[in-house]
Amino acid sequence: MAKLNMVQALNLALRQEMEQDDSVIVLGEDVGKDGGVFRVTDGLAEAFGEDRSRDTPLAESGIVGMAVGMAVAGLKPVCEIQFSGFSYHNFHQIENHAARYRMRSQGRYHVPMVLRTPYGGGVRALEHHSESREVYWSHMPGVKMVIPSSPRNARALLVSAIRDPDPVIFYESKALYRAFREEVPEEEETFPIGKSRRIREGDDLTLIAYGAMLRRALEAAERLKEESGIEADVIDLLTLSPLDDTLFVDSVKRTGHAVVIHEAPLSYGPGAEIAARIAEKAFYYLEAPVARVTGYDVVIPLFARENDYIPSVERIVRESRKLLEKI
Amino acid sequence: MPRTLIELETKLEKLSVLDEAGNLDKELEPEISDDFLKALFRAMLLGRRFDERLLSLQRQGRIGTFPPTTGQEAAQLGAVAALQPEDWMAPSFRETVAEVWRGKSMESIIIHNNGFSEGDDADAKFNNLPVSVPVASQTLHAVGIAWALKYRKMPRVAMTFFGDGATSEGDFHEALNFAGVFQVPVVFVCQNNHWAISVPLARQTRSRTLAQKAAAYGIPGIQVDGNDILAVYSAAREAVQRARDGGGPTLIECVTYRLQMHTTADDPKRYRSDEEVEVWRKRDPIPRFQTYLMDKGIFSEEDVKTLEASIKDEIQQAVDRAEERMKALGAPLTMFDHAYATTPPHLEEQKRYLKTLLSVGGKEAQHG
Repeated sequence: MAKLNMVQALNLALRQEMEQDDSVIVLGEDVGKDGGVFRVTDGLAEAFGEDRSRDTPLAESGIVGMAVGMAVAGLKPVCEIQFSGFSYHNFHQIENHAARYRMRSQGRYHVPMVLRTPYGGGVRALEHHSESREVYWSHMPGVKMVIPSSPRNARALLVSAIRDPDPVIFYESKALYRAFREEVPEEEETFPIGKSRRIREGDDLTLIAYGAMLRRALEAAERLKEESGIEADVIDLLTLSPLDDTLFVDSVKRTGHAVVIHEAPLSYGPGAEIAARIAEKAFYYLEAPVARVTGYDVVIPLFARENDYIPSVERIVRESRKLLEKI
Repeated sequence: MPRTLIELETKLEKLSVLDEAGNLDKELEPEISDDFLKALFRAMLLGRRFDERLLSLQRQGRIGTFPPTTGQEAAQLGAVAALQPEDWMAPSFRETVAEVWRGKSMESIIIHNNGFSEGDDADAKFNNLPVSVPVASQTLHAVGIAWALKYRKMPRVAMTFFGDGATSEGDFHEALNFAGVFQVPVVFVCQNNHWAISVPLARQTRSRTLAQKAAAYGIPGIQVDGNDILAVYSAAREAVQRARDGGGPTLIECVTYRLQMHTTADDPKRYRSDEEVEVWRKRDPIPRFQTYLMDKGIFSEEDVKTLEASIKDEIQQAVDRAEERMKALGAPLTMFDHAYATTPPHLEEQKRYLKTLLSVGGKEAQHG
């Protein structure tokens, strides 16, 4: 097993899938010779030819609309949209077409495509390069929304996403790309889309997070233990849609306390859906309202202030303690 | 540094074979077998009569809103007549005549126009995409399909339809640009019917033609008389052959006219004059093609009468079959089918909920 960062792990997933299935085609802006601005597609054009890691003209709707056609015709396109802030140009191709061909054709056509795109703040980027808009895609019937939290699960989930017969939006946290390394097996590994994972066990409260916030939730859990002896159960959602509520509902039934953490704005954010599921399925087990530690309902500020916007470990610890009335 | 001139290819071909009266330019007459000509005429007439019947069904409340095709039969048929069944077609929403030519049953169209997804079935022999309502968005799908065909070295082409209004959309320009850059086998067929609902062509573009937009993307463009099926067919056949031979994309502008409303929810009297419509009625694609066939001696008045009778019968049978079939449709639970390859747990849960509602009080219970 090699120790890889998330960029290398994603590259491994693409490389292996392209090796064994010639219908897997990478396309996007600068994904060829340049290997993508974050280098996720590094070396793919050299290894598989320019057709397989295809530089396109600079047009997001064009990239995704073309991918829809490629997928309908039997290929498995993996689009890279350079930053999720630019994916609104292609929003309608996902909402109107990728998500609907199966239904509109009564099952004859489907769109097995993946849209990979970096999301989230914390890397001191320009405007439009730090948003977390996963809820747009999670709200959309017909597509799946995946957000990995580590190199190993990023690799396994990307392989699953490429093989999935339905369109998958795959958000990659820029803050996690090179944040840490993890053992990633060379041999094939997948992780089912639509399944969450318990990362840490505890009986006092449930922390629910995904993507970059999962790391912070884990750090918060350690601090809660060290400083207050609080044991947190930590759930990594991994897929936002379809949302697996089984683990966090079971967990809340044990702990009676839930904190949801995301970078996305508060109102109508993923936390709202998660809180509603908990209310529906574990209401009588709750000892306190579900807490949400999230971004504020403003456009994420330019990077000088982004750390005041993104949930910090400190905020997670504070809100968790408050919930347990141990502040 | 002086200002210099860059020489551009500025000339554009305009093709017309049959004039308004059905007079033929012999030199341009395409070689088409008598049987194929007859089949085309039948499809044209069927398209017209079916459209008339749909309009009457809509006015009687027997189908919902639909976009009529009257006046655009030659533009659609001339184009798809150049395709093989296994070629791909990516229509917009006004290509009913082309769809019927390519295996779509009138029965299914009626069922679809009644709001039942069961009408979205298709003849498996033909590679047709379903209708695409968001304007110009399907042009990119045709490019993607064409890219896949080229990648797989399949000798097939993709043809996509759109209107004059679509040439203002970004997706149209992205599609032409991508197709040009990738040199993929796709034929763009613009049905310039002069009106995007209430907005006339002159408010859509400052360009003299729509075909010239091809030049900006480095691909061939041609303008044809879209009410002249021989001209449309000639241009389409040439474009399809070029695409099949690896010569890349073509933009064909078919100059035609929407003789009816945009959809049955639209009242064109609010924005265009009867005089304008009358001018275009005289350019109707059907009589001129009929004149041509009669002049050629392969069709008589008597044949037309027989044809009209058989078409009337065929349409009536389709209406009867559709109305019979629809009696058995309407089970709400099918809305959950085809959402995903495998229905995820939360949808199974919602499906079970609706099923319970239905079992408690029948369909009425959920409507209160």
